[in-house]
Amino acid sequence: MSTATVEEPTVAKIGSNVKAESLWAVTMRRFFKQRNAIVGTIILLILVLTAIFAPYIAPYDPIQVLIGVEDVSRREKPCVHLLGCDPEKSQHLMGIDGNVRDQFSRIVYGSRYSLLIGFTTVSFAIIIGTILGAIAGYAGGITEDVIMRMMDVLLAFPSLLLAIAIVAVLGPGLQNTLLAVGIVTIPQYARIVRSSVLSVKEQEYVEASRALGASPFHILRKRILPNSLTPLIVAATLGIATAILDAAALSFLGFGAQPPAPEWGAMLGTERGQIFSAPHLVFFPGIAISLTVLAFNLLGDGLRDALDPRLKGK
Amino acid sequence: MIQYTLRRLIASIPVLFGILLVTFALGRSVPGDPCKAILGERASQATCEEFIKTRGLDRSIPEQFAIYMRDVTRGDLGNSIKFSRPVMDIIIERMPLTIELSLAALILAVLVGVPLGIISAIRRNSPIDVGTMLFANIGVSIPVFFLGLMLAYLFAVMLADTPFHLPPSGRLPAGVTSTPFYELWGWENNGEGIWQNLQIFLGNLYIFNAIITGDWTLLKAAIRHLILPSVALSTIPMAIIARMTRSSMLEVLGLDYIRTARAKGLNFRQVTFKHALRNALLPVVTIVGLQLGALLGGAVLTETIFGLAGVGRTLFEAITGRDYPIVQAFTLVIAIIFVAANLIVDISYAYLDPRIKLD
Repeated sequence: MSTATVEEPTVAKIGSNVKAESLWAVTMRRFFKQRNAIVGTIILLILVLTAIFAPYIAPYDPIQVLIGVEDVSRREKPCVHLLGCDPEKSQHLMGIDGNVRDQFSRIVYGSRYSLLIGFTTVSFAIIIGTILGAIAGYAGGITEDVIMRMMDVLLAFPSLLLAIAIVAVLGPGLQNTLLAVGIVTIPQYARIVRSSVLSVKEQEYVEASRALGASPFHILRKRILPNSLTPLIVAATLGIATAILDAAALSFLGFGAQPPAPEWGAMLGTERGQIFSAPHLVFFPGIAISLTVLAFNLLGDGLRDALDPRLKGK
Repeated sequence: MIQYTLRRLIASIPVLFGILLVTFALGRSVPGDPCKAILGERASQATCEEFIKTRGLDRSIPEQFAIYMRDVTRGDLGNSIKFSRPVMDIIIERMPLTIELSLAALILAVLVGVPLGIISAIRRNSPIDVGTMLFANIGVSIPVFFLGLMLAYLFAVMLADTPFHLPPSGRLPAGVTSTPFYELWGWENNGEGIWQNLQIFLGNLYIFNAIITGDWTLLKAAIRHLILPSVALSTIPMAIIARMTRSSMLEVLGLDYIRTARAKGLNFRQVTFKHALRNALLPVVTIVGLQLGALLGGAVLTETIFGLAGVGRTLFEAITGRDYPIVQAFTLVIAIIFVAANLIVDISYAYLDPRIKLD
């Protein structure tokens, strides 16, 4: 008796005025319920805005040497007026680097490099990985074996080491670093796409498409690949974090972005010997990298939880 | 079981073959003249011709690959340009440090990561859980090289005059040397044959050497020097292990057999540690094995920062110094170690989890 009274209004509600939510609406709602995801989004938003408006935020040109322009010395500590720095002196929020440039401006411009590195490497890896994974899953047989064994070989190297080895062959530079970091992450995406192709290619709706005479390309694009979208989005977001870390490591070692480019890893690498005398030159770029990577990690985790159908309703 | 192990071993052959292809290509894609790149810019025309002939560089690519495979299986990894010594000797000399460092980092990661994961799963949504997950998120986001430098600054500069002072570089302090056990015990060793090379290898594991020779000063010094680099190296695996343990534990704790165990009246400790933990740790084993790659990659950075002459730093220096035989050989050795570790994990996983079908 009591159960009936509880259930009745629920049934009525579903029947009457509740609009069906689209998948994306549900995902977004669940995404923004998570504190971590919100923090990640905010950091990323700040980062993107910083990158876009870098010329307006940065007080100096990031590669301008301030000798003769201002009365500052090499590796001078940060000077913030609010924190008691002499108001007569010009303000340098994050100090002066080893080449007498304003570090704050360099950090601000560095956000552009970070985002560029993250998005280009992952886009590259996704495109190649999707093509390879789709071919492998759809074609099967020897083609599949060859492609997937190639992926296994790539995975057999620790990713950072393989990236270093590739840059060693191609020569140092930002472009080669992007390529190397991109290449080492291809297998991950190829595997995701292949497994979702395998899981749906025998399904009836795919067979129906085939029976209607759809081309393999059409079936792949319209019927199969949408199924890989969810895991791909999650992997890509987390992949951007790894890519930024790896690229920063390469730049730190001197293989990546070359001076005077204001790239965070490279900035940290050039000044690493000064850690004991000028720790601020290591601290700020390091924090910048960590925050950026953290943002993508939080975002990726949030997306995974929001997109996971098993957690629906929780 | 044996059959499964054998099949896994056979299945890894194509991968090993692929690794050899990649490292072979790596050695062949040296920009410029291979002779000048390997023997140095001042090599004369005659020596170059001699070199090309003995190395088989005038033959076809498949033949060259066959020669490379033959050399590798014989343990001949070529000679280093910079050190003018067989690369194999350099590996035997420097690999132990990297092994010590990676093992220390891995042990630290497991010893801290697993308990943290368990606690946050049991006390879900408590401050401990939130704190652990925050730590885990930061742990995977902070670059190894940044953390390493910050640790060095904190423990070597800021805590310089306290008992917490730790050395920021090197393997041993000035004045302390490690005498290998075979020298101490008067064994003859001139670096020939597998047995003597194994002795050199083990002797270069300073902590192992200190323990078997009972040299406690050396042991203490070696451990003190290992703390900062291994802490820096361990954060990423630690964070990943903590997260994996937590989610795996949460999943198991929600299963029916745990409810049954509770309903039977077993106490909390028995349910958590005897019933849940055992099953929850299975996926963690896999993750621990996979972290080895991250450790070996991270070793390049950690060793560079802390001034340790291990495999990672040698590889880095070889790349900047264009010492291609070292680059080629080290990449090969590291990849093989990585494949072997994954293989061991897979096999032990199948062994630990009877649910996995062995066929």
